Amino acid sequence: MKIQLESVSFTYPGGVEALRDIDLFIKSGDAVAFIGENGAGKSTLAKQLNGLLKPSYGRVFVGDWQTSNRSVAQMAGRVGFVFQNPDEQLFARSVREEVAFGPRNLGREEYTISEDVEMALKQVGLDRAINRHPYDLPTPERKLLTIAAILAMRTPVVILDEPTMGQDAQGIARIGRIVSDLKAEGRTVITISHDIDFCAEHFPRVIVLSSGRIVADGVPSEVYYQESMLENAGVIPPQIARLSINLGLPSGALTDQEFIQIYKEHR
Amino acid sequence: MVYLKNLTYRYPRGESDVLHDINLTIQEGQFFALIGPNGAGKSTLCYVLTGFVPHFYKGKLSGTVTINGRDVFDTPLPELAGVTGLVFATPFNQISGARFTVREEIAFGLENFALPREEIIDRTEKVMKLFNLTDLAERPPTALSGGQQQRLALASIIVMRPRLLVLDEPTSQLDPVSTHEVFSALDSLINQEHLTVVLVSHKLEWVAAFADRVAILDQGQIAADGPPEEILTSAELTIHGLTPTQFTAVSLMAQRTGLIDSKKALPVTLDQAVQFFK
Repeated sequence: MKIQLESVSFTYPGGVEALRDIDLFIKSGDAVAFIGENGAGKSTLAKQLNGLLKPSYGRVFVGDWQTSNRSVAQMAGRVGFVFQNPDEQLFARSVREEVAFGPRNLGREEYTISEDVEMALKQVGLDRAINRHPYDLPTPERKLLTIAAILAMRTPVVILDEPTMGQDAQGIARIGRIVSDLKAEGRTVITISHDIDFCAEHFPRVIVLSSGRIVADGVPSEVYYQESMLENAGVIPPQIARLSINLGLPSGALTDQEFIQIYKEHR
Repeated sequence: MVYLKNLTYRYPRGESDVLHDINLTIQEGQFFALIGPNGAGKSTLCYVLTGFVPHFYKGKLSGTVTINGRDVFDTPLPELAGVTGLVFATPFNQISGARFTVREEIAFGLENFALPREEIIDRTEKVMKLFNLTDLAERPPTALSGGQQQRLALASIIVMRPRLLVLDEPTSQLDPVSTHEVFSALDSLINQEHLTVVLVSHKLEWVAAFADRVAILDQGQIAADGPPEEILTSAELTIHGLTPTQFTAVSLMAQRTGLIDSKKALPVTLDQAVQFFK
């Protein structure tokens, strides 16, 4: 499902101008990473996409819906939002109930709900925890549970706010596989993340925000090599990009293989 | 500074030992990083090093833990507060909720020490400066972003001047530039005040850049322990489910494809990697 922002500005009550004149088109099935320092406006922008916040000026469309004409509940059927802090999202007394809540709220049939719940829990590796209490799970697993709760809703758009936070190497690999699955299903995937290496690996489009504005929008092999722009935006480039830049190699490499290839040709 | 001998611990109702026969000595002024997969026992070890085990979490405990010459098991928590401090992974768990502004929150611990007013003010202002919180001094702690709360949690422990600072994923909500600032601030505290730091982190690039010693904890046991250059390039790392930094990984690949002499030591930081490929 496509997303479009037209001249969107947003000012919080109290006067903090968090978004300034954002124009943006995300086509259906795109996988986009929003990066930028704390306070750049990433979370505010993401909350415009699921209607939790409505623009102070301008218009936001998700598919053919304009968010300001829709309720948060309606938007939830189109845009699944996994919060940064799982404890802001969890409330049910069992893992099963937690994941079933979303699809049930969307008015799905009970028999499809239990299928969706099992599928989602399997995808995040929590199928054996189905009868446990969410708060008996360690924090990294609670985060995976919130991802499952969103997957079960089968929304055409999925937003992941800092999905790799607190995850170990295995957890990060699992979340990477989930992102790949969502992309393969043609869903629109958006992440907000400080984990630049994770973004570089899984998101073919990267948008850099700084002080509420878009300062770069493009493919990782170009954006992650724009040193001075990233420095101004408070972003440290991925490890391979930094290594290439410091060695004076041509830009573009992000994976180990790409680096080795370029190194071979230019050393 | 820190001395653990045959430490074994099991939570009340726990089915197995979370920590098993741990022996560890940490010198004063050391920046010691503890890494390992989730569920390895890292946070529990942090609780042991700050007396939360056994004074708050009971359970089954054996062995000895001495910090700055004090037996942790025999010293009540309030007395340990000036010796060892813990910064939790989730700042929300740390912030007292008993105070209305950032400044008051930071001063809260010192008030409990019954220090002179001037000293409380002086120490509070200094630590706010160190962690870039001065502009937020009058804000309520609950109104801060996750990253700001994390800096507040650090400040309100460091203001107490513990001799041992235990940090459980202290920068999980910070952007990389702020993370760098926090680690640099810690580094200067270690150099100037001979603070001892135990850091739990998944961010191996930061561990490589700042720690002078790294231990891998897995299934409640220390699996490897040594300088970052050794531990972060060792086979032990992947055996215990950890991923080396990309600086190490790409260098290893260059050696395996014959591009670089395989006798050359593998790098763990950017500077080392640049030297490696030059």
